[in-house]
Amino acid sequence: MNITTPITREKARSLKAGDMVYITGVIYTARDAAHKRMLENLEKGIALPVDLTDQTIYFAGPAPAKPGEPIGSVGPTTSYRMDAYSPKTIELGLTCMIGKGARNEAVIDAMKKYGAVYIGAVGGAGALLSECVKKCDVVAYDDLGSEAIHRLEVENFPGIVIIDSRGNNLYATEPQKYKK
Amino acid sequence: MREIDVSIITDKIKELCINANCVLNEDVYNAINEANKNEASPIGRNILSQLMENADLAKSKFKPICQDTGMAVIFMEIGQDVHFTGGDLTDAINEGVRRGYTEGYLRKSVVSDPLIRVNTKDNTPAVIHYDIVKGDRVHIEVAPKGFGSENMSRIYMLKPSDGVEGVKAAILDCIEKAGPNPCPPMVIGVGIGGNFELCAKLAKKALLRPIGSHSHKEHIRKMEEELLEKANMLGIGPQGLGGSTTVLGLNIETYATHIAGLPLAVNVSCHVTRHGECTV
Ligand code: SF4
Repeated sequence: MNITTPITREKARSLKAGDMVYITGVIYTARDAAHKRMLENLEKGIALPVDLTDQTIYFAGPAPAKPGEPIGSVGPTTSYRMDAYSPKTIELGLTCMIGKGARNEAVIDAMKKYGAVYIGAVGGAGALLSECVKKCDVVAYDDLGSEAIHRLEVENFPGIVIIDSRGNNLYATEPQKYKK
Repeated sequence: MREIDVSIITDKIKELCINANCVLNEDVYNAINEANKNEASPIGRNILSQLMENADLAKSKFKPICQDTGMAVIFMEIGQDVHFTGGDLTDAINEGVRRGYTEGYLRKSVVSDPLIRVNTKDNTPAVIHYDIVKGDRVHIEVAPKGFGSENMSRIYMLKPSDGVEGVKAAILDCIEKAGPNPCPPMVIGVGIGGNFELCAKLAKKALLRPIGSHSHKEHIRKMEEELLEKANMLGIGPQGLGGSTTVLGLNIETYATHIAGLPLAVNVSCHVTRHGECTV
């Protein structure tokens, strides 16, 4: 299934765990350090560098681009480190997160309450995923290097809906089927 | 006494850092390929094919297999008849890491202080282990290690009464709790014995052994085979989305220990288990 960003709450609610998706449009990278700074700044009254309404955050920190290429390898990082921040970013309007690995109850509750999805990209397939990125610009926190917020224009970025806005979770259901 | 100029070490380390990050070792690649033939889950097979495609692409374009090009872990086996000239050896090693990560377009993922957390911007310092051995050669092993999997590793200070069964249960528990986080299929390095810090080092060393190699100790070899089979029955599967491929390889290293203890370390690694070596 092809989806284009931005993703409305309504569209996020229509996605189901197990859907294979190809994402086209603008997405933003942010890891631990960027999340921490965004939310700490917000507490101090400093606005977010990006309006999160209907946006997608890709938990990733790219490798440097070689000359002539838009970006270096860029696979997902482990998402649970963002569990402390995601309920807040979802409340602020975020509708889609791309990462790898489990999420906690608080994140899933926020996804259900506001309407958001969690999409898994193949962890470790950084070279392959970088081919989907057509343009990359740093939009905030340049001093964080790879952990800065990057604005990516992606085409047919492949992922699979792991947790949907009803709380269906492939990590909970699928391994059981193969456990012996 | 053989003299070796440390600039030679810098050059070797630089090359090994870049190569290890861009070219997946044959043992890991072949293990993914084999697993793909036997994987029960269709999604799992799709993922394993993508992993091979990713490794092929990284090799042909000479770019990192995974964006987490890791913290550089370096094992130096130094012959006792070697005399280093031209500067400080540790500085020379870090200079090799600096050049490799900068010139090779690898990601800089190291912060100078674990609490203040400012990126050093050149991926130094490396984690360096020195061993003095006989002879007049230097053997260098470079193993860049990503932290998605490193964070899932554990140490267990078991009791002697826990025995073999306790060890096996702990290893499987560690793998199960890691679940989808370390980018399965995983590679597992286990260290048993020694003390608190040595078992962890043994576990790391076990990851340097090729997949499919076995301990020369009969009882350990059997344990490696049994645990690999049991780990693949956990159902976690590629990327944790279910399947029969959870662990590609499981290596165990052991050492003598104290009468009162049974230290165990499990170092979790991923399908981008990297390793390069050379002898000077
Ligand atoms: S666990 Fe391995 S494959 Fe996954 S992101 Fe880290 S280094 Fe890459």
